[in-house]
Formats: sequence, C-alpha cells, structure tokens
Amino acid sequence: MSEIGFERRALLLGGGALATAGVAGLDLPARASGLAATPTMRGGANNYIPGAQIVERIGGGGFVISGTVRRAGDGAPLAGQRIQMWAHTKEGSESDPRSHGATLTDANGVFRLEMPQIIPALGQAHAHLAYDSMEFETVFLRPLLSSARDTSLEAHFVLQRA
Amino acid sequence: MLLTLGVPLGFAASSEYLAWRDPIYISAGFAGVIALCLLLVQPLLAAGWLPGLHVLRSRRAHRVVGTALVVSVIVHVTGLWITSPPDIEDALLLLSPTPFSVWGVAAMWALFAAALLAAVRRRLSPRTWRLAHTSLASVVVFGGAVHAMLIEGTMEPISKAVLCALAAIATAVAAVVPWLRARRRAPGRR
Repeated sequence: MSEIGFERRALLLGGGALATAGVAGLDLPARASGLAATPTMRGGANNYIPGAQIVERIGGGGFVISGTVRRAGDGAPLAGQRIQMWAHTKEGSESDPRSHGATLTDANGVFRLEMPQIIPALGQAHAHLAYDSMEFETVFLRPLLSSARDTSLEAHFVLQRA
Repeated sequence: MLLTLGVPLGFAASSEYLAWRDPIYISAGFAGVIALCLLLVQPLLAAGWLPGLHVLRSRRAHRVVGTALVVSVIVHVTGLWITSPPDIEDALLLLSPTPFSVWGVAAMWALFAAALLAAVRRRLSPRTWRLAHTSLASVVVFGGAVHAMLIEGTMEPISKAVLCALAAIATAVAAVVPWLRARRRAPGRR
C-alpha cells in the first residue's frame, strides 16, 4: 500500500516537473522568435546545382520571381543575401546550368530576378529557390504557379542562424 | 472508340509544351498517355465487348494489350527518371510534394501485381484469380485516372476527363457484370 502511494507521489512529482519544464520550454522560443524560420519544402532541392552565378537575368527573362529575405525572430530584413533560382522554362530544363541563376537582396531584403517563362514540368508549373550561403541555415523552396499562364511568382524566406 | 482515344492523343500530340521538352521527356509523357488509353481498352477486351472480336481473340488481345501496358508504364517511369532523377526517386519513395505521384505509384505496383498474377493464373482457382485480378485492375484504372487528372501536362483537360471517366466506368461494369450474372444463375446461393 505504502509502496503504491510512493509510486503515485513520484508520478505526480514527475508529471509536475515535466509540466513545468514544458511551460518553460514553450516560453523560451516564444520570447526568442515572433517569426518562425521558413522550412525547406519537399522536393525543393531537386536539380539543385551549387554555386549558380549572380546574373542580371536568366536567359531572355520575361518571368519575374521576387520575394523577401528576413531574419527569424525579429523579422529584420536581410540585405545582400544570395538567392539562387531555377525552373523548367521555355529556354531549358531544370537540370540545364543555363536555367540557373542567382541574385542578391537589396537594403530592404527584397530580391527580384527574371527568367524565361516557366513551363509545367513533371506535372506541375513550379520554380525552385535556394538560400545556401552558410551564414544562415540552408532553405530550399518549391513554390507553385497558381496558373501556368502566370508571368510572376513570389517566394519569401525567413532564415535562422546556422 | 476511335474518337475517345484519338481526340486526347491528338490534343496531347499538338500540345505547345512539346516545343520546350527534349525527346526523352516527350516519349515518357506519351508513354503515359498511351497507357491511359489502354486502360479504356483493357476492360472492354476482358469482357469481350469490342465489336467484331470473338471471346477467345478478345482474351488474347487483352493479354497483348496488358503486356503493352506494362511496357508503357516502364517507358513512362524510366523516361521521366532520365529527365529528372530526383523527382522520380521522390515519387517512388512516396516523398514527392506532387499529389498525383502517389496515385501513379500505387497504380504502377497494382499493374505489375496484376500482370504477375496473370503469369501464374493456372495455379489459382478461377474464383481467386478473377477476384484478385479484377481488384488489382480496379486499383490500376482508378489510381491511373486520378494520377492523370491531377497532372498539368500535354493532355487537354476535357478529353482527358472523358477518357478517365470512360475507363473507370468500363472497368466497374466489366468487374460487376459477370458477378451479377453468376448470382442470377444461382439465385438460392448466398
């Protein structure tokens, strides 16, 4: 009987400790981050080629990919961040090096790069974007065009320190 | 029949997307379109409903078309794998972000299983054979149709939807009719 009582007390104590730890644990990231980091999307890294050159535009351009890069937590815009992008376009497939290019964010953390018109590939009209400059954790995005006729696409990054 | 198969094939063959694909990708895509067309032919051959074909010849044609279906799917998957290896690896491992992949993969395995079953059919009782082969074939047609409908590719949406719907209806009717006939023949049996 006393043994059972002891176990129950231990259980209650343990449970209490766990609850306290849980609440404290929840409190910490809540204080540290208002804005959560963007997770890598499934298939985002497919046909990735590291080290794409910074270019004025990819091929002949015409399709605009734009977005923002911000810091996790306080959401501060991140300037000078290198964003790489690639897609299946009218000028080449995803795995062609000429379908790849990179650009830098401006002082407001905004990036914008033109590539040739995106064509549905492997069943979906989509683009790939990557942040892979080591300072923050690597993120791969694979946003979809809402229609294959679209001529622009937005994608946004929230990065956390590596 | 010629119209239901010819119209979607014709639209797919004249798709503007073909201009921006290489020959391997085009062949892989077409192998998929042809496989979808064969899904409508298969249940009709199995049931002997195509005019001008005797039951025995119809069954033999069903076997030939079944083999062609397996070959088409292998060409489809291999061609797409050459076009974009990581996308197909994701699909086969069920990790793909595209909602249609899992339907295609399910249909592919069901097709291989249905074909394998046909190869060992003599070792099975007629009842087991029919039930197993028909169930697998239903997964192939339903999975293949959903796979095709969710894809944005060379096929024109309306002719694709008509083809998928007809294939699904033909399969369902071909699966149910022999069962209904058997029940009518033996009314007391439960």
